[in-house]
Parts: sequence; structure tokens; C-alpha cells
Amino acid sequence: MAIPISYNVRNLVLRKGLTLMTALGIALTVTTAIFLMALITGLNTAFVSSGNPLNVLVLRKGSEAELSGGFDASLYPTLKTLPGIAKDSHGEPMTSGEWVVVIILPRKDGTGEVNVTVRGMMPDGLELRPGAKLVEGRWFQTGQREVVVSRSIRDRFSHANIGDTMEFGKGSWKVVGVFDAGGSAYESEVWGDVNQMASDFDRQGGYSSAYLRATDPISAEALKNRVSDDQRLKLEGVLETDYYAKQTSSGAPIKVIGIVVAFIMAIGSIFAAMNTMYAAVAYRGREIATLRVIGFSRPAILTSFVLESLLLALLGAAAGILLMLPFNGMETGTSNAVTFSEVVFALRITWTVAAYAIAFALIMGFVGGLAPAWHAARQNILNALRG
Amino acid sequence: MTLGSFVVRNTFRNKRRSVLTMISISFSLLLLTLMICIWRSFYVDQVAPEASRRLIIRDRVSLAFFLPAFYRDKIRSVQGVSAVAPLTWFGGRYIDDRPEHFFAQLGTDPDEYLKVASDKIVPPDQLKAWQQDRAGALVDITLAKKYGWKIGDRITLQQNIFPTNLDLTIRAIYHRDPPQNALYFNAKYLEEAVPWFKGQAGWYAAQIDSPDSVSRASHEIDDMFRNSPLQTKTESERAFQLGFVASLGNIKAFILGICGAVVFTIMLVSANTMAMSVRSRTREVAVLKTLGFTRRSVLSMFVGESVALAVTGGVLGVLIAIPVIWLMTRSFIGLGIPLAMKVTAPAAALSLTASLTLGLVSGYLPAFNASRMSIVDGLRHIG
Repeated sequence: MAIPISYNVRNLVLRKGLTLMTALGIALTVTTAIFLMALITGLNTAFVSSGNPLNVLVLRKGSEAELSGGFDASLYPTLKTLPGIAKDSHGEPMTSGEWVVVIILPRKDGTGEVNVTVRGMMPDGLELRPGAKLVEGRWFQTGQREVVVSRSIRDRFSHANIGDTMEFGKGSWKVVGVFDAGGSAYESEVWGDVNQMASDFDRQGGYSSAYLRATDPISAEALKNRVSDDQRLKLEGVLETDYYAKQTSSGAPIKVIGIVVAFIMAIGSIFAAMNTMYAAVAYRGREIATLRVIGFSRPAILTSFVLESLLLALLGAAAGILLMLPFNGMETGTSNAVTFSEVVFALRITWTVAAYAIAFALIMGFVGGLAPAWHAARQNILNALRG
Repeated sequence: MTLGSFVVRNTFRNKRRSVLTMISISFSLLLLTLMICIWRSFYVDQVAPEASRRLIIRDRVSLAFFLPAFYRDKIRSVQGVSAVAPLTWFGGRYIDDRPEHFFAQLGTDPDEYLKVASDKIVPPDQLKAWQQDRAGALVDITLAKKYGWKIGDRITLQQNIFPTNLDLTIRAIYHRDPPQNALYFNAKYLEEAVPWFKGQAGWYAAQIDSPDSVSRASHEIDDMFRNSPLQTKTESERAFQLGFVASLGNIKAFILGICGAVVFTIMLVSANTMAMSVRSRTREVAVLKTLGFTRRSVLSMFVGESVALAVTGGVLGVLIAIPVIWLMTRSFIGLGIPLAMKVTAPAAALSLTASLTLGLVSGYLPAFNASRMSIVDGLRHIG
């Protein structure tokens, strides 16, 4: 017969101080793990939500990023007439030749300068990205030295409010609008007119990339292959979703550091939990022996103490999650490994993150509780009763 | 029996508890030491004197833009500049895209590069061979060891930023302290393969003849190009590298956050152990007091125990940190962890001071409770 869980709960409550301190120790380890997982989840969300499955991105063959691409503008008309491209609001093929550069902006909090992606696009560029919504001001106008910035760029950098002028290229650019890109990678960009941008950077007659909107998923696939297979073009088509999925590699350093940190902290917590559980077993020597005399088996004692340790860990996990919840949605930035520019993303504590955190705590509780529980189950009844 | 030996004996009376506490503290201290070392290598460590005289000149807007070749001679004309070498990031793939196969691949001018990078030591005959072979490469000894490259080996770097593969022959191997994860090749070779890149360079590195001229020369260079279509940004090599570190995110806040969590964990663990220790010795404390031990000596006895535990844990943690950091610098190459990172004496001293302080603070409350206990209650206590 198993020992009821209420026995463990009461014991934990009885020794509140010890329970609380050990649980808090576990909570801190869980907090660190949650923080790192939330970072990675946020970063992945930014990239995964960026692509539109119907958009085909055209790059120079062999290049992996828009920044390292670049092809002759004379190829663009050919792209525009490819079959399978959807029509825009004017009845023309929905395509946009774009020019992407990286510029330096000073951080608002004075912690230095950061590379930011600037994207010059054709008017269809906005239609190609329905996810980006204007929240303030208006969109830039073709032929004008105007830019719109994402909400997080406005918040994180100086000189990025409506009416401000930004200095890059050959002169100043007026900020006329702020857009919200719903947490996607576009959330880290500044947009303007492609011709204005290209002439400022002496790159007329070329595009970094082109975007084509396919009519449906099947023609998107066909369009992609058609671009890649055309020997004259020497271009490569990729689905926008695939392109961004690849950039999640930017999270690799955070991931490695996160695993190392969480692992080391976990070892520390396991030993602390072990200590607490050994103390619990030592204090209850007679009690355990009594339980055995009444007829509870060794496995029942073992299970009971492991359960108590798991409960302790669970308490720690709950405290850790509660401690971290206020940070949910906090925005931060890191360097994109593909574009060398800053990508802004929000910490995301999802159910998956919470589940992992609980599992992580339970593992700590289990490993920490096993040896003391084993010790409890193996105790000699007579000695313990006499003790 | 002196207080010291009393403390030591008591500390190890419950061996299991002491050992578990010490291991727990040592892992936390290991993490703390790691963080301190990373912090120091990013923000505190001073660079070699040659490096402080090295300036990096790059496009003001972004590293993604190239500078024209004629900038090199203009930079050379600035007073105090003794050598200028072009550098271009090739960013090709070797073997595959995995981060562990990442290393810096830079195109430069073999005739002048080592005058700028005077901290790289190359045997003269190897240097000559590199200068004579346009498709030759100069590699760091650590990198060469990692891939088992020897002089004369041929390797291929696959295209990424530039639309060409590079077939290179290892001609020279350099030593540098600290080691670096880099390969250098002749930029002329890249210019031949990629016509549009001809006459350009990613950035320039300039050696200044005296430390006093560094700041003046860097301003002079930027002023010289102020009205050119491509303006420049000149900064010290260290500032240039820190720019990369800063781009990874708010590293300082990140490190401080982890340190905070670690410190708090140690406090909890240590205070917990001391509370257990005091509780199991309630009667004993009462007996000691009956014998005439003062409150003060009881207090210092328990605090001493807590400090002994924390410091032993700290020493263990620092000792574990040495091989861990050695492993990290070798296996996480390419993640921005400097190869030069190691546990220096000041870093170790800082961790140990932290563990000492934590031992004092966390031991105080349980020890205070023990010293305040009334003798009668203590003797009555059934533990």
C-alpha cells in the first residue's frame, strides 16, 4: 500500500523554512532556464512568423542572404512576367525589386551603436507584406526621401520618431510613419523607396533581392523552381518562409550559453535538494521505522520520499514561473547571424516553455531525492526505533 | 582547543551535509567565476601594446560596404601611420554551416599585413612562400591543429558573400598569444575571381608609430574622408571588437542577471545548511554556554563554520572553472568567446571574496539565533 501524499504535504508544511529555502533555490535555477528558453522562443517566433508562404524571394545564385545578394536590374522585367504571379490592387503582377543595406544607429540608452537593416522597396512591397500595419503617420511616398520605421526601432533608437530626420546614405531621411510588424523579423527594419535608396548608395541598376507573390501554394513552389532552373537568370528562388526559418541559427550562441548555464545551476540545485531531503530523512528516522512496522513496504517508503522531493521541486517550478511572468513580452535585440544587423524580438513564455521548466525542475527533484529516499527505505527498523 | 580547530571539527562532523553543501556552492561559484572571466575578457582586460596602436578604418555606415583601394595610400599619408593593410571578410563555408566550423577568413596584402599585425609570429621562409603564392594561405596554429592542416595542404572555402570558391594552399602558420581563429589569404586572388570586387577592401588596419599619435591620427583619417561619398569610421581595434560583442545584445545585463541569481542561490543553500546545523546542535550550544562560552564566541563559531564551508566550496569552484574555461574556449569557437579567456588571479580572488562574503552573510542569522538562545530552553530541547 502506498503512503498518502497528504503525509508528504504536511511534512513540507511543518518544516516551512527549510521547504521554502530549498524551493526558492530551485526556483532561481528554473528562472534562469525559463529566461533563456523564452529568449530562444521569442527569437524563433520572430523568424517563423516573418515569412509569407506565398512569397518567393529571389536572390543571386549562391548567396544566402539579401545583404550578400545583388543582381542586375535588367533581370527584373523577366521576373515580373513569370507565370503564376498574383495581381496587385492595380491589376499588375505583385512583385517588388528591393535594396537592402545595413546602417548604424545609436541606441537610445547610450549603450553604443547597432546595425539596423534598411529596406528600399517598390510600392508593391507593402502589399506583399500584409502583416505590417501602420500604427502612426503614413507610409513613405515613391520618389521622396521618406522612411517608415518599425515600432521597436522607434522605441529603441534615438532620432526615430515621426518628424525626426535620420542620417544615412548621402543625406537625411524624414521619418513619416511607424509600423507594427507583429513580432516578425521586419520588426527590426526601416523601409523606404527603392530608387531613392539605391541612388544614395550608388547602386542604381541593381537589386539585392526581389519578392514575387504567387497565386497559391502550388504555384509558389513552381515559381521558385522556375526562377532557380532558368540558366539565363543565374538567380535562385526561395520561399520566404524557408528563408527566415534558416535564420533561426542566430539563436545558436544563446542556446549554447543557456544550456551550459542551466546545466551548472541545475547541478548546484540538485545537491541542495539532496541536502534538504537527507535532513528530512534524518529527522524522521523513528517515523519511517514506525511506518515500516505498521506494514508499509520499502518501495512505498522510497516512493513517498521521492514524491516529497518532486513536490518540493514542483513548488520551486511554480515560484520560478511566477517570478519570470512579468518579463513576458519584454523586448530585446541580438545580432542576426545572416544579415549582421540587429533583430528585435520579445521574450515569450509559452506553455511549452512552462512545461519544459516544470520538467526541468522535476528532474532536479527526482535526482536530488532518489539517494535520500533510498537511504530512508534501507534503514534498519530496530536501530531507527531505538535511535 | 582553539576556536579554529573547533570550527573545523564541527564543519566536518556531519560529513554528508557538509560535502553536499560544498558541492552545491562550488557549482554556483563555478558559474560565478565563468561570468567574471567573460566579463573581464570583454570589458576589463587590456590589449597588447601593439594592438592599442592599431586602428581599424571602415565605412561609416556599415561593414557591408567596401572602401576603395585608393583610400589605402591616403591613409598612409597621414602622419604617424607606419603601415596600412586592407582586410576583407570572405565569410565562406568550410565543411558545413555548423557554428563549430566557423572561423574568420580574411583577404589581405601579404606584403604588408604582418607589419600591421606585428604580434603574429611567422617563420621568415614560410612568410616568403605565402607572399610568393597568390593562392596561398596563412593560418593560426590553433586552427591548423584543429583541422590537422600542414604546410602544403590544399583546402577549399565555399562561396557565400562572394560568388566564388577559394582553392587555397597552406603556405604559412603563425603563432600569436592569445591564439586566434583566423585564416588570411591574398586579396588579389579574390579580386581576380570576382571582377566587381576589384580595387576595393572591406576595411583597413593601420599601425601607428607611437601611442601618443593614435587619437590624432584617427581623427585626421576621418576628417580626410568627411566629404567623400564614402565616409569612414576609425576606431581602435578593441573598440571595433567590442562593437561585435555589443551587437550580440545586452551582454552586461545578461551576465549581471546570472550573477545575481547565482549569488542568491548560494545564500539560500548556505543559510539552509547553517540553519540545519544549528537546529541539530541546540542542546550542545546550551551546554557550551553553561560551560562559560560567551554569546560572541558561539556566534563566531557558527559564522566561522559557514565561512569555512563557503570558502572551501569557492576554492573547489574556481578549480573546476580552470578546465571548464579551457574546454569552452576550444569547443565553442565561433560563438564569440575569446580564445584568450582564462581564470586569472584577480578573477579567482574576486570569486573567493564573493564566497567569503556570502558565507559571512548567510551564516549570520542562524548563528545569531543560536547565540541568543536561552540555556534553559536549549537544555530542554528534544532534537
